[in-house]
Amino acid sequence: MPEIKNYSINFGPQHPAAHGVLRLILEMDGEVIEKADPHIGLLHRGTEKLAESKPYNQSIGYMDRLDYVSMMSNEHGYVLAIEKLLGIAPPKRAQYIRVLFDELTRIRNHLMWIGAHALDCGAMAVFLYAFREREELMDMYEAVSGARMHATYYRPGGVYRDLPEKMPQYDKSKYRSKSRLKKINKNRQGGLLDFIEDFAIRFPGLIDEYETLLTDNRIWKQRTVGIGVVDADRAKALGFTGPMLRGSGVAWDLRKTQPYEVYDELDFQIPVGKSGDCYDRYLVRVNEMRESTKIIRQCIDWLRQNPGPVMVEDHKIAPPSRVDMKESMEAMIHHFKLFSEGYTVPEGEAYAAIEHPKGEFGVYMISDGANKPFRVKIRPPGFVHLSAMDEMSKGHMLADVVALIGTMDVVFGEIDR
Amino acid sequence: MMEGLGVLIWTLVKILAVLLPLLGCVAYLTLAERKVLGYMHARIGPNQVGPKGLLQPIADAVKLMFKELILPSDANKFLFVLAPVLSIAPALVAWSVIPFGDGLVLADINAGLLFLLAMTSIGVYGVIIAGWASNSKYALLGAIRSAAQIISYELAMGFCLVGVLMMSKSLNISDIVQNQAGHAGNWYWLPLFPLFITYFISGVAETNRAPFDVAEGESEIVAGFHVEYSGMGFAVFFLAEYANMILISALCAIMFLGGWYSPFPETWDYIGAGGVHWLAIKTSILLFFMIWFRASFPRYRYDQIMRLGWKILIPVTLVWIFVMGFAIAINKSPALEMTVLAILFIVGLISVIISPKGKFGIANRHYANHSTATVEQEQGK
Repeated sequence: MPEIKNYSINFGPQHPAAHGVLRLILEMDGEVIEKADPHIGLLHRGTEKLAESKPYNQSIGYMDRLDYVSMMSNEHGYVLAIEKLLGIAPPKRAQYIRVLFDELTRIRNHLMWIGAHALDCGAMAVFLYAFREREELMDMYEAVSGARMHATYYRPGGVYRDLPEKMPQYDKSKYRSKSRLKKINKNRQGGLLDFIEDFAIRFPGLIDEYETLLTDNRIWKQRTVGIGVVDADRAKALGFTGPMLRGSGVAWDLRKTQPYEVYDELDFQIPVGKSGDCYDRYLVRVNEMRESTKIIRQCIDWLRQNPGPVMVEDHKIAPPSRVDMKESMEAMIHHFKLFSEGYTVPEGEAYAAIEHPKGEFGVYMISDGANKPFRVKIRPPGFVHLSAMDEMSKGHMLADVVALIGTMDVVFGEIDR
Repeated sequence: MMEGLGVLIWTLVKILAVLLPLLGCVAYLTLAERKVLGYMHARIGPNQVGPKGLLQPIADAVKLMFKELILPSDANKFLFVLAPVLSIAPALVAWSVIPFGDGLVLADINAGLLFLLAMTSIGVYGVIIAGWASNSKYALLGAIRSAAQIISYELAMGFCLVGVLMMSKSLNISDIVQNQAGHAGNWYWLPLFPLFITYFISGVAETNRAPFDVAEGESEIVAGFHVEYSGMGFAVFFLAEYANMILISALCAIMFLGGWYSPFPETWDYIGAGGVHWLAIKTSILLFFMIWFRASFPRYRYDQIMRLGWKILIPVTLVWIFVMGFAIAINKSPALEMTVLAILFIVGLISVIISPKGKFGIANRHYANHSTATVEQEQGK
């Protein structure tokens, strides 16, 4: 008689639901998962090591590429750690801009997540609707930094530049009719803030669209309710952060518990789930998008009323303006030193963490007093979540593994680093 | 001798007359699906090949024909090649008994309904053999899922057809349509309403279409049973799927929506007259629904499909057949009684859905159990 045994299946790294390069070795009894063994490292680019060999500012770009769907949030963690070591604080306006873009990034991340999660569970439309809005968020990135994805916009001591007064518009083209051109340029007549405000006003209605397709959908609920349940204590023990932790009913959000930048001046709430399953995490994230919209509108109001500098005046850290460089020798020297040697950071160590869209994103940095960090350690939220894969998927079916990958919102840039 | 040859040629011509337009429809159904999906997804869909993208299916066909056929190592060569054939042949053969109009049918056989059931159930062999012969775990999983699913839904489908059979008292498909002669009120969709809905749902499941597409669920088992196929092998599976879609829609139109008859009273000029175009219109509407499902629904999990099939669809059909049996025992042709019952059924269904307290009501938002209590914590804690 032949021996009956479980068989293993190689889920990824080339798999449409692997969210990049996840390789899961699944041991299965028919369709039921007995063991899930995530293998990581296929996207390892040595970010931490690379940062050791470059002046501080030159590594900001690497941080964008960690979690490549929420770029500015990664920069924020890194920049905060440097600022902590330097003992400086950016001007208020820069802090508001950072919060504004953190929340835009949160929406951008959650849009990617809701699309991918729904697509993993078979609902195609949400993905494309989410990307429609994501396009506008990319335009905001582009308007403010020149890059649609990897912005490198946050700098120690502030942000790279102030928000543009004029939003770039679409050009005439033979593929676009005049009326179409007028329509797509309609919300680009003013500055970037007007563009963002227009988005923030429309966005809650667009969230309703996604919710119409998913929230009360019986199939969606069957696919997510009771899947991957993690209770509050277990979630804490596993080191969950962000929506994964809040979905289990723990009201822990660094924006509230350890407010950084200007979060303590803003009015917002943190959604918390009850049962800790995929459906609750879905509701938490959807409500987070609504809260983010609220924060964005508060930031817009403040930024409209309070013009001012967006970078510290200390030219040992922040470059002087280009106009000054044409006339002032000192400014010229500052610029040259800053862009060749960088700045030195006093000896010491610091840990700075922010509430990244996926959870707690922390950077632990040791400086030996040189112009390069001695060591940078990145604490990515996704890594911790992924390590709970085995526990969460045990006893579920193959299709649930896909839903779990979706609900964890894993991105391999940050997990493999 | 010459006469025999003439009959043979005439039959071949008739077969081609059915088959060629059908394959054309299949090709353009793929385009229609991509276009409809595109517009539902706030994008455009294919628009580059030919005017408005109308030549896209031809470009696809040419591309697939010239692609290399890859045989996986250790695959069973014979079965691997046989599987696509087994998949498409029944999907095409079944068309031989479909009446397109009054007397417009390739083979007007008396056991047409049984023939159809036999043919549509053979299709699953193609899927199983493809999954097994590919020597791939993903393909095997897809094949197992597909086999279980199709066999379960075949039952519900068969019971629906039993209902049709009881109403029409004939296995001949032309007779079934002729029994529904007249306007939309005479068709079977009303007296057999639960069976009509069940049949269409089972049909969607039978063709492995979303939301029942676990057999190829692209985000779970990539492409399922045909993951190892490339070029024409893949194309044939693709054709079979779409041919089956058209077949199921056409059958639904024939069994429940009066086939070639016009929905308007026959006394009306022009639009009251029956014809092939009415069958085409009804089929297209049903096909549009299939595409619509795909655009908007998430995918069921494998065990949930089984549960839906066995615990909901089959009991519904059984109960309705039972009720109909009683009605027939009382009255030989119970169309009126069944219509009244069906209307009661529809009213009941609607009242359950809109009732604020019921377990299945739309008012019973899931937030009740899974509310996301919005908590504001004290700052700096």
